[in-house]
Amino acid sequence: MSKSIHKPGFVLGDALDIPTFKVLKQDGTLYKGAQEPEFDKEMALKLYDDLVFIRVLDERMVGAQRQGRIPFYLASLGEEAASVGSAGALKPQDMIFAQYREQGALRHRGFTVDQFMDQCFSNDRDLGKGRQMPIHYGSKALNYNTISSPLGTQIPQAAGYAYGQKLDGLDACTICYFGEGAASEGDFHAGLNMAAVLKCPTIFLCRNNGYAISTPSAEQFSGDGVASRGIGYGIATLRVDGNDLLAVYAATAAARAYALEHNAPVLIEAMSYRLGAHSTSDDPTGYRSKDEEAQWAKKDPILRYKHWLTQKDWWSDEQEKTLYAEHRANILAAMKAAEKRPVPTIDHLITDVYDEPTPHLRQQLKQLKAHMRKYPEQYPKTSGRLDA
Amino acid sequence: MSQMNLLQAINNALITAMKQDDKVVCFGEDVGHFGGVFRATSNLQESFGRARCFNTPLTEQGIIGFANGLASQGHKAVAEIQFSDYIFPAFDQIVNETAKFRYRSGNEFNVGGLTIRTPYGGGIRGGHYHSQSPEAYFAHTPGLKVVVPRNPHQAKGLLLASIRDDNPVLFFEPKRLYRASVGNVPEEDYELPIGVAEIVREGRDCTVLAWGAQMEVASKAAERAAKEGIECEVIDLRTILPWDVDTVIASVKKTGRLVVTHEAPLTSGFGAEIAATVQEQAFLHLEAPVSRVCGLDVPYPLSHEAEYMPDETKVFEAIHTTMNY
Repeated sequence: MSKSIHKPGFVLGDALDIPTFKVLKQDGTLYKGAQEPEFDKEMALKLYDDLVFIRVLDERMVGAQRQGRIPFYLASLGEEAASVGSAGALKPQDMIFAQYREQGALRHRGFTVDQFMDQCFSNDRDLGKGRQMPIHYGSKALNYNTISSPLGTQIPQAAGYAYGQKLDGLDACTICYFGEGAASEGDFHAGLNMAAVLKCPTIFLCRNNGYAISTPSAEQFSGDGVASRGIGYGIATLRVDGNDLLAVYAATAAARAYALEHNAPVLIEAMSYRLGAHSTSDDPTGYRSKDEEAQWAKKDPILRYKHWLTQKDWWSDEQEKTLYAEHRANILAAMKAAEKRPVPTIDHLITDVYDEPTPHLRQQLKQLKAHMRKYPEQYPKTSGRLDA
Repeated sequence: MSQMNLLQAINNALITAMKQDDKVVCFGEDVGHFGGVFRATSNLQESFGRARCFNTPLTEQGIIGFANGLASQGHKAVAEIQFSDYIFPAFDQIVNETAKFRYRSGNEFNVGGLTIRTPYGGGIRGGHYHSQSPEAYFAHTPGLKVVVPRNPHQAKGLLLASIRDDNPVLFFEPKRLYRASVGNVPEEDYELPIGVAEIVREGRDCTVLAWGAQMEVASKAAERAAKEGIECEVIDLRTILPWDVDTVIASVKKTGRLVVTHEAPLTSGFGAEIAATVQEQAFLHLEAPVSRVCGLDVPYPLSHEAEYMPDETKVFEAIHTTMNY
């Protein structure tokens, strides 16, 4: 029951004064009072391996796009800790609904370098059968729902998925990633409200990276970030330094425990910065300064985490060199192999529209094949394999 | 067999589905304890518990987004949109998500367990926003199935088939007939086929094609024509997507004439798709142009509802014109 007042008095938008959870300083030492993470050396190095893999992958794939080898790419430069750190704190049975900049989470789950390449090159081994632009990954085996481009649509879906997990009595929750720009979509409001009202064990993780393509967050919303909204929906909310892997890990571990204990959603707002372009179709020089980027480059989440590993005596310069060299070699080899593979056969144009192709679809494919037989030179990628 | 109206048949189908499979979950605005504004979900919460039949917040995009997630997790999500006039906030979730879930993932994931129930259509003095027939928007979207029943028996069998079909189905319920249409419905579990039209009256002179509430109008017009010696073959399409081309073409080849009628506006209505297919596949059999008896290309009216509607007289007149072409 709300208490009564008898003169008009506004509650101001910044009244909440939401703090930011931090564990690791940029030099790799811990803040006073902060706790060491709960994971061991093996896990620590696995997480570092994920971070470095993604950084090398992004660099190579942006290059491949520039060379015209793939049509599109989208890097996570500067935000790797938010996806790797959060995925690290989950269990393999937890479902991931990602936006599109969470390749770190997918890598952590075990998506192989070949699987990344096969998707980006839309070849016949792509799990998505070459149907979506590069970076629209998905894997049933890894509980990573296939990415779709429309922004925010995954948010109410994650609530529904988690509700199903709860009905089945599983020791599992759902994590849903999105950016601070997508949080302006109606689906954000719908999804968080439904998750709160219907008590869904969903972790909503907003990567607040400062920009939605060119639009800075100051032109996206005027409230106290995205976190303040969670409180309005009645959702347990935490803001965390998104460039601090140890803090993201601890926040997500706590969120998972809370979601499953209370059968309720959690909102985490991870504060970070998109160091690269939005995608290969974007040029940030048109909307922000080099100085600003340089300030954030100093807060590199991978470097910060490496400092911590080094101070633990778990990492050396020698290992660093080897790791980068290995990932570069593996990625290059996988890229060469993936781009040599053919696109799926034309029969896959009509599979998976329904569980079985309908008579209409079979008829349309038959007509298309007849046309392709007449003009095979017009369709060189598939016309040689019409009866495969 | 028992006498049921269309609402009771739908309620009976939902009870049957929820009893038979505990993965079936029903939800939407006011569908919980209240049983829905039309009472289609009456007693479901009492019988199966709040976890499996519940109210949602008032957000159509949220309902379908949530339903997509729940269906992709392996449940049979039966989501209600209170009026199909209010389905459009969910258009993105249906068109970009529901319809593409399986295709875009290469069958890694699907929402085949999803059924969206929604009342549609006019004749209830509902004006712009309680009368529309939006089936054609969705028939333009590969990956969906679109089903419309005409009476209680059809409603139960088609709804059970829709819930169990391994593809997402939009199930449009003719709300004008919710209480007006009464008939014998088997108590037991049964399904009617999706994607298959039904010839409800045989005839040699003119094919009359409709679906849902418009079937009542088409049948009455055919009866009136019969009194003048015109034998119409009346077909209920039952499924708009994917639709049963073979049954329609076979009938048109026999009669040489086709009148197609729907409440939705003429332009880009589903009748246009049928007319195009018929001229392609039965061109040399046609004795007259395909006639479309539809709503006018205006927002659904209130005071002029009777004039707007493709009623029995208009369909009868079209049969006449087609016969005398």
